[in-house]
Amino acid sequence: MRGLLQRLQRRAEKRLPALTRYRRPEPLPITLHRRRIYIVPSGFGLGFTVLLLVMLVGALNYNNNAALLLTCLLGAASAASMLVAFRNLDGLRLDHLRAGHAIAGEAIELVCSFHSDRPRSAIRLDLDDESTAFAVDGTDAARVSLRLPTRRRGWQPLPRLRLWTSWPLGMFRAWSWLHPAQSVLVWPRPEATGPAPRAMADDARHMQLHRGEELAALRDYRAGDPQRHIAWKPSARHDDLLVKDFEQPRSQPQWSLDWRQLHGLDDEARIARLARWLNEAQAQRRSFSLWLPGNDIGSGSGPQHYVRCMDALAGLP
Amino acid sequence: MIGRKPPKPAQVALTQRAFDLLCLSATFVLAVNASHLPWWLNAALAVILGGRWWQRRRRPGRVPQAIKLPLLTLLTLAIIAYYGNLFGRAPGTALGIGLLVLKLLETETLRDVRVGVGFACFTLMTALLFDQGMVSTLVVALGLVPALATLRALEPAQAPSGMARSFMPALGLLAAALPLALLAFVLVPRLGSPLWGAPGRDQARTGLSDRMSPGAFTELLTDDHPAMRVTFDGEPPPPDQRYFRAFVMSRYDGVSWSYADVAHAAPVPLEVEQAIGYRISLLPTHRRVLPTLDVPIDAPAGAVMRRDHVVVAGRPVDDALNYALSSATRYRLEPQLDARPQRWLQLPARFNPRTLTLGQSWRERHGSDDAAIVREALALFHDGGFRYTLAPAPLGRDAMDDFLFDTREGYCEHYSSAFTVLMRAAGIPARVVTGYQGGYWNKLGNYLLVRNSDAHAWSEVWLADRGWVRVDPTAAVRPERVSLGAAAAAGDQLDWYRRDWLQQFRNRWDIVNRWWDQGVVAFDALRQRGLLTPFGIRDTDTRTLGVLLAIGSSLFIAIGLAWALRRRQPRDPLREALRTLERKLARQRIVRRTGEGPQHYLSRAARALPTQRSQLTELMQQYLELCYASDEPAPESVHAFRRAVRDFRVGNVVK
Repeated sequence: MRGLLQRLQRRAEKRLPALTRYRRPEPLPITLHRRRIYIVPSGFGLGFTVLLLVMLVGALNYNNNAALLLTCLLGAASAASMLVAFRNLDGLRLDHLRAGHAIAGEAIELVCSFHSDRPRSAIRLDLDDESTAFAVDGTDAARVSLRLPTRRRGWQPLPRLRLWTSWPLGMFRAWSWLHPAQSVLVWPRPEATGPAPRAMADDARHMQLHRGEELAALRDYRAGDPQRHIAWKPSARHDDLLVKDFEQPRSQPQWSLDWRQLHGLDDEARIARLARWLNEAQAQRRSFSLWLPGNDIGSGSGPQHYVRCMDALAGLP
Repeated sequence: MIGRKPPKPAQVALTQRAFDLLCLSATFVLAVNASHLPWWLNAALAVILGGRWWQRRRRPGRVPQAIKLPLLTLLTLAIIAYYGNLFGRAPGTALGIGLLVLKLLETETLRDVRVGVGFACFTLMTALLFDQGMVSTLVVALGLVPALATLRALEPAQAPSGMARSFMPALGLLAAALPLALLAFVLVPRLGSPLWGAPGRDQARTGLSDRMSPGAFTELLTDDHPAMRVTFDGEPPPPDQRYFRAFVMSRYDGVSWSYADVAHAAPVPLEVEQAIGYRISLLPTHRRVLPTLDVPIDAPAGAVMRRDHVVVAGRPVDDALNYALSSATRYRLEPQLDARPQRWLQLPARFNPRTLTLGQSWRERHGSDDAAIVREALALFHDGGFRYTLAPAPLGRDAMDDFLFDTREGYCEHYSSAFTVLMRAAGIPARVVTGYQGGYWNKLGNYLLVRNSDAHAWSEVWLADRGWVRVDPTAAVRPERVSLGAAAAAGDQLDWYRRDWLQQFRNRWDIVNRWWDQGVVAFDALRQRGLLTPFGIRDTDTRTLGVLLAIGSSLFIAIGLAWALRRRQPRDPLREALRTLERKLARQRIVRRTGEGPQHYLSRAARALPTQRSQLTELMQQYLELCYASDEPAPESVHAFRRAVRDFRVGNVVK
């Protein structure tokens, strides 16, 4: 029954976009306004209406004006809560949307940043069957993280998000669709096991010790330390001279990962293997370079380099 | 408008706050309904409620079925045993409140709480079926606040706030809803006749009864609920003439006097010398008799006048009733006694021998001078050491003998009863009349407030040529009872809250209750039909009411929508200050043209007002600096600019 309804709805949205308010992808930021907020009574609201009717008939039957006044007051308050529900969404703005990193098959984290000029409570953001509740205060943006399931690597367009609220009494449900025109990049899933890359251990070039480039710590000055490593600013706040201690050189050889070396595999298998190697290199804190068709990434290390390489892998056709 | 079904919310844990608020709502319901539930049910429900609250605080979870089901059975059986059935107003209310409290035992999900809130709203309303006074209505309406706060507490992701603060939004919502509620209240078409059985009799409140035995009034005399309010055409009668007759009692069986309702006898003749018109608004008595001032000349619509000018309504007064009447204040009632005068001389055999002997001795002493016998009796009460008290000693089998010769203390019932027995013993036709006497004259509202505690009993004796004459033996003992009212006569025998100044305040405050009773409680189908009379529409029918309701609701919806759709523009103090300056200059006919920049405009103004050229130039410089020199102008400079604009005075143009 539910499936049939959903099918019908999908057809209706396709055929009658104006009627069903099917929202095409639109660029951020998205501000909610009256033409895109819909409101219907919730199940509880309908039940409460029945209760109000019973109370009304009872009060009229017993000719009891005090009870009638109470019923009218309760009814009017319920009706007024509809406007409050609407106002809870009206003017809310989705400023930007940041995606995290995830490999295919895992959920990717989306962080939506909502902004509002007045405080709002109990707004819920739905993605498929997952719902997150959040509140916005009038000053800072509210960051809401969602988990979007992924299936395959590559660019994946964002689905429609539903923003809804039943604030304040739960009798009405106001909602609006958000369909940001944005895609997220899903990284390839690395293969489980496989051979290690051909190490170029003999290459003396890669064996040479070199200073790391990243600042690791500050230590006391020892005779013989190069003058340019002295940290002058921190030293000014101490009695002794402090010296910038750089990361010690790696003893592991550099990996040169190359698409062309992987013969006899189809594209996806190559990508999976390269992804695994990238992971291993990152885990062993090696420096590595990556050659892909149309994209040659030079040697490097660190998380940014890793992300660059994974993005390049994910973005392969 | 097609929305997908929302994903099933995972079983959201119920917050302690929401549960506390629900318990508070249930407590409120119990409190407002407490007065008409049996005390044991109140106590049991309060214990269950408190126990459940305590239990859930320690360890959240449902109460096991093994406890719930027996409690439910017990509740149902207890209600059936006490009320006789499960349906109807009183047992239905008891059952509803019981179910609400038992529902709390299994409340662990949002749905349970919502059902509980619905129940609470409904049972709040049932409290009003028993008492629709202004104060109770207000209190019950306040009971909606925790109920709405409960619903609000169910919503996830809220800014944390204290318990007390969580009531404010609910209160605000109710306040905002009040205009629409009042509109709906006035315009919802009332039913001319009930859809199902009329409300059951409510005998809880004491009232005048058609039987009177000395000592039975005590409950009534200490009940100071209003009984009726009277407005007079013209001046009100003086305090000692404010006798409101209800029952005329002829039968005495040695214990009590009783009224015999004879349906098929025409009213006895009445010769009117002076009459007064008045309106009575009678609060529900659940009896058929309508009190009237002195001797009524005719009966109001829907009521008939019995033989002795007792006015009886067609059905019991279960709702407030208004009726207009005219009564004789100087009159001769039944100048010729009818064929059976022994009805007024009847005395039970073998009761009160000493009293009978006393009455007969008076007859022998005064011969046929009935008036002298009456005077003799009044003198006995006045000088015989009798005392007026609301707590007299109990009387034995020969009640009148005990009263007249032993205890010599009592109140109106004792005196009127003893007097009537004495008169009958002396052979004078006499009877006891009950009703109200006195009342508080509210100057502000020009009406007489009569409370239940103003209930009174007096006598009437038939004297040749004068007909039935009212004699109030209580006045002989305690003249204040008649001239100042029941509270004054009771002296210090009453509760603290009925003392002088407080009683005065309560009497004055009654005008509000009267307004409520007349304006709200008594606003029925008839009054509603006459709603539009000031606008020339005599009879407002249901359709007109519906149309008006629709129009009014649309108006409120429009106002509400305007509020909801209003987008507040971010305030720009700088721009506002410039607007102020523009307004000031516009008074000198220097109006900013469309599309004219501030620099051009202010330069023009400076040229037009040579006396203030330097000031205006200075302002212009400031404005331009603040506007364009930096992205965020310093608040102090903006403030200085606003002050400069405020202090700027446009002088007269010298031409």
